[in-house]
Amino acid sequence: MSKYYLLQDSDMCIGCQACEVHCKTNKGLPVGPALCKNIAVGPLAVGGLPRVRFVFMPCFHCTEASCLAVCPTGAVIKRPSDGIVYIDQARCIGCKSCIAACPWGACQWNPQTNKAVKCDYCMDRLDAGLKPACVTKCLTGCLEFGEANQVDDKRRQRFAQALAESTYFGEKATG
Amino acid sequence: ANVADPGKRTVYSMCGMCAVRCPIQVEVEDGRVRWLQGNENDKAMGASLCAKGAAGLSLLYDDDQRPLQPLIRVGERGQGQWRQASWDEALDYVAQKLQKVIDAHGAKAIALSDRGGPFNDLTKSFLKAIGSPNYFNHDCTCGRNTHHAALSLYGLGRKGLSYDIKNTRHIVLYGRNIIESLQVKEAKDFMKAMAAGAKCTYIDPRASLTAAKATRYWQIRPNTDYALNLALIHEVIYNELYDKEFCARWVSGLDELKTFVAPYTAQWQEEHTGIPAAEVQSFIREIAADAPKVMFHAGWMTARHMQSFYSSRTASILNVLFGAIETPGGLIFAKKAADAGRKPLRSLGEPMPKPVDQRVDGCGWKYSHFDAGPGLLHLLYEAMETDQPYHVGAYICYRHDPLSALPDPEAQKKALDRLDLLVAIDVNYSETAWYADVILPEATYLERANILALKDGAKPTIQMRDQAVAPLHDTRPAWWIFGQLASRLGAGQYFNFQAIEDIWAYQLEGTGVDIAQLRQRGVLSLADQPIMFDRAEGLKFKTPSGKIELVSSRLSQAGIESFAPFQPPKALADDEFRLLFGRSSVHNHAHTANNPLLHEILHDNPIWVHPRRAEALGLADGDEAVVSAPGYSAKAKVKLTPWIHPDAVFLLHGFGRTVPLQKRAFGNGVADQRLQVGLLHVYDPAGGANALCEATVRLARAGK
Repeated sequence: MSKYYLLQDSDMCIGCQACEVHCKTNKGLPVGPALCKNIAVGPLAVGGLPRVRFVFMPCFHCTEASCLAVCPTGAVIKRPSDGIVYIDQARCIGCKSCIAACPWGACQWNPQTNKAVKCDYCMDRLDAGLKPACVTKCLTGCLEFGEANQVDDKRRQRFAQALAESTYFGEKATG
Repeated sequence: ANVADPGKRTVYSMCGMCAVRCPIQVEVEDGRVRWLQGNENDKAMGASLCAKGAAGLSLLYDDDQRPLQPLIRVGERGQGQWRQASWDEALDYVAQKLQKVIDAHGAKAIALSDRGGPFNDLTKSFLKAIGSPNYFNHDCTCGRNTHHAALSLYGLGRKGLSYDIKNTRHIVLYGRNIIESLQVKEAKDFMKAMAAGAKCTYIDPRASLTAAKATRYWQIRPNTDYALNLALIHEVIYNELYDKEFCARWVSGLDELKTFVAPYTAQWQEEHTGIPAAEVQSFIREIAADAPKVMFHAGWMTARHMQSFYSSRTASILNVLFGAIETPGGLIFAKKAADAGRKPLRSLGEPMPKPVDQRVDGCGWKYSHFDAGPGLLHLLYEAMETDQPYHVGAYICYRHDPLSALPDPEAQKKALDRLDLLVAIDVNYSETAWYADVILPEATYLERANILALKDGAKPTIQMRDQAVAPLHDTRPAWWIFGQLASRLGAGQYFNFQAIEDIWAYQLEGTGVDIAQLRQRGVLSLADQPIMFDRAEGLKFKTPSGKIELVSSRLSQAGIESFAPFQPPKALADDEFRLLFGRSSVHNHAHTANNPLLHEILHDNPIWVHPRRAEALGLADGDEAVVSAPGYSAKAKVKLTPWIHPDAVFLLHGFGRTVPLQKRAFGNGVADQRLQVGLLHVYDPAGGANALCEATVRLARAGK
């Protein structure tokens, strides 16, 4: 597993799919491959209200990476420094083994190069001190990136706030 | 730096993928755009960018299915036979035809429409220079009802007050689909407010994604929002929930309003809207508890039904009653440069004499309640059809696609056929461009600069769209195109600019801002701090009385009622549906349908049908259905969902493209405007905007 964590705060996500286009334009990818997808599930009725859940699907950079295990040429590489799993385009022979093996559909096909492509957390940007493209330009800021346990998880803060307001302070609180 | 210089540079610009025009920064390396993001010098914007904004790179580098050099029509109109022309040849051709029209009928016989916005000083000034009063924009299918409603109450246009969304406690939206009809800053503010515990009541016959974020959703019967508002006002006044101090100081006509809404109770509205009376009553008390940090959004696009003007006006009246004016979390006056003690940008039209003729659409004279500014485009069509009050010989569509935006393209074409000249100036092949006599291709927003823009707000701000890279094709910026046309029509003295910097320097005269400062930041506020007027004495309503006029002198003068009785929508036949339309966050109306990366994400518009109605028609989810209106029908895939009112069906707008050269988008989905048969001249008489949601259609299973 990479040492990084990409958090999607689904409550703050509006499903605008900008992340998908930020990713593709940054990587210069043609129509076809999508290194990340933001999948909308719903609307379903929850307490009478329409509710949609957005599920962000980049690569998870697994500890036991199926794509890496099946790659016959060693093109899928886990970067020792931080565990990012990426595809070395020079070594990829386009056999699609990684595409077949990934349980999440993260490995994609680039019809321009006839090789497999996948999310590498924009490691060139990370090395330059930047964040991945999808996170940098996320419309609402619902995507966060950093080392696991160090990502600012606003969900806890928000839950605590709502809980305290509804149970402890109640209606009478002001200010 | 020159646009072709090697090395890396940052160019500040404004996005051009939709009409919002968010401030962006463009990273250029060796003359090629590498990266687009929001301009972080604008704090509310940050680096954020939407999908359309990101796809600007795809427009620039991947999309050659757009006009890449001037084209002159050789076959019949709409047949798609063109010959390529040089700019000189195309401009001469257009200018000669325009001159012929001017010689025969005067300059007033030339009309132009665009899509409004911060750069329209150029197009307005072009018309002024040649002597025509007939500037139009897209607004008859957008915000005219809202605009005229605001004028009647405040004496200010629809942008005269802005919504302080991020500080609100409760926002009420009537189909204003904040997270899909995207303005980046507005959507960010909305989500920040929601995260901070604000409430949102979303009212729409269709549950958009905004409904999925709301804390209350009402699936209102289509075209009955005015009935709801009348009942809400009744509840507010008769329960004395309004801000008495604010109303006593700033509001006139409250007694008349109270008398008028007497019969419009919560129980009364229930039979029209379908919203339970008890819910309406508890809602309004909830709002009152949060006032004045509340807002009833009077809408941007409200060209919906025959009383949309009054829907918008009553939404604004609710804001007024709750005192949500010039207060955090409510509506705030959009300050002008003068409010910051500064000079505004100088208008290009300043040295030009005002055209002597009256507008051809009657706005501002025959119809005194309709603002003369951009007029009403459907009334231009009426003039084209009838030659009344005078003949129109030429029509220039700049970045505007009436055959997509206005109802009933076939009816429009009959009017356009009476023109001697139809010119389209556009980046894309619009439906209108395909029907035009000449297409003058504008360079994409990344390949051109525009005149400077000044945006009013708590901090009035000058914004710059600078050129990032050299045009890849034989395309040109609008400032050059209009300058060239003006010169050929003998008005060159007003457009004596060699470079965009000459125009900027002219605009900036006396503002205390220079070009270099703007190039460093892209945005420059004219005030250090947000300006707030004194709520007790300093509010600047521009009505004759200086107050908010519930009974409007402007409307009275034109013989229009300030409070109109609710007219229930025309009853539907058993097999009829009201046709509603809307937007997704991935496309901008009809302009991006053919963008490679956006088309990849969304390229079809299934029709939303309520299961109960679908069952009666034998339609299942995913079936192909025939949607028909008198004289037109199309096939659409059925999306079965309870999140559409049973009286209505819904389509995303912008599909069903007919331009064969747009190979990706051609023929995909259904064009809602083609189903709006007979609606070109159907409009709200009080507000002037088209009544697009008065369209009705029938559904049947395909192949039956």
